[in-house]
Amino acid sequence: MSELSVNHLLGIKYLKAEDIDLIFKTADHFKEVINRPIKKVPSLRDITIANLFFENSTRTRLSFELAEKRLSADIVNFSAASSSVKKGETLIDTVNNILSMKVDMVVMRHPNPGAAVFLSQHVDAKIINAGDGAHEHPTQALLDSYSIREKLGDVKGKKVVIVGDILHSRVALSNIFALQLQGAEVKVCGPKTLIPKHIEELGVEVETNLIKALEWCDVANMLRVQNERMDMTYFPSTREYTQQYGVNKKILNQLGKEIVIMHPGPINRGVEITSDVADSKNAIILDQVENGVAIRMAVIYLLASKI
Amino acid sequence: MSQKILLNAKEIEIILHRLACQLLEKHLDFSETVLVGIQPRGVFLADRIQKILKENYGLPDVKVGKLDITFYRDDFRRSDKPLEANKTKIEFLVEDKRVVFIDDVLYTGRSIRAALTAIQSFGRPKEIELLTLIDRRFSRHLPIQSDYNGRQVDAINEERVLVNWTENASEDSVYLVKK
Repeated sequence: MSELSVNHLLGIKYLKAEDIDLIFKTADHFKEVINRPIKKVPSLRDITIANLFFENSTRTRLSFELAEKRLSADIVNFSAASSSVKKGETLIDTVNNILSMKVDMVVMRHPNPGAAVFLSQHVDAKIINAGDGAHEHPTQALLDSYSIREKLGDVKGKKVVIVGDILHSRVALSNIFALQLQGAEVKVCGPKTLIPKHIEELGVEVETNLIKALEWCDVANMLRVQNERMDMTYFPSTREYTQQYGVNKKILNQLGKEIVIMHPGPINRGVEITSDVADSKNAIILDQVENGVAIRMAVIYLLASKI
Repeated sequence: MSQKILLNAKEIEIILHRLACQLLEKHLDFSETVLVGIQPRGVFLADRIQKILKENYGLPDVKVGKLDITFYRDDFRRSDKPLEANKTKIEFLVEDKRVVFIDDVLYTGRSIRAALTAIQSFGRPKEIELLTLIDRRFSRHLPIQSDYNGRQVDAINEERVLVNWTENASEDSVYLVKK
């Protein structure tokens, strides 16, 4: 297959396994490009991309911007904090105004689940979802799987546990879809209050005991506790959360095997993982960040060829 | 579809030796020279030239790279499908080196134009030359000519020059294929 089956990247649930293969194959080439002395190719020099961030982001936004620049696309940036959204403009109006200035592709992060899908139905541009509420964050899931593939050779047959705040996490949902599509086994682990009801329907097992989960897995993806999304108290205290679900070096040493530690960032050091774990050789957190640029270049490149 | 043979294995063998000798005449010990095969099809030719230099002329260390030009092409979004990339493998800096691009067929010159841009990502070469097996005369879109050439061919636009290597087909041969 040499073409994506979709016209937008709205979520992993719309992709096929072959799409993921194609994105990874293309990302391999871009990873080589971004390690050259000159890290830029002119492929997308006639494409304009708008980055619309209706919610705060540092890593994802930077990563998208770098990916776009290394493909030589023209970019415009937009953040909700300094815009007419504050003056009451609707999403479609905002985006259509931007598209009138001849923009070909929109990368959007939005606090409402489904915002990217909604936009793709109403405007004439390629849409990349950079996170919509607690729904999906497809490029993060792609770069996570890509990093697992790079570290362990293959995703198929691997056991991955996602630990932490599953309830508020778009990373968890996209990761579950992506990992299952590639034939990995997935468990989620966290306090009952932070695990969505009926998550078993997605074919994932729930494990509330961290040690058992770590003993089972090849890879542990440690999520951040998203305090800013919590409208009520989900656990008694951060200290108690750390005691139950924080990973430290002592726990890793007791496992009797090596597991890979991932984190989508930003890390709360000392809460979900301790510093010595985050900086250990088990952690591939910075590889994830590097791979993020290659993955986003691949996604943008493949979608741009459909314009 | 009909096809006519342009070169057989023996003729290709002779031409490759001649091209290797011409390179040798100019570059002597290849201490400042690197060969760069253009992906996908120039790579086979580059490997053959390297092999001849090694086995017949006692030059075991001639550096060969593979350059993929997909992301530098000027026909992105003009074809139906995304352009599929190949591996780039250049494990040396080309800064101040004499670079010889190697490709099987020189046709419009657009691939070489893209390669000239692409190689800049690996440094500023001292000079760049071009070696091709087949030169399709009178079909250039750009002012690009090869410095070392195997055989000139007159082919009209509906025709295609097909170069086979034992590495990717059953034999070494060059055909002119009518669509």
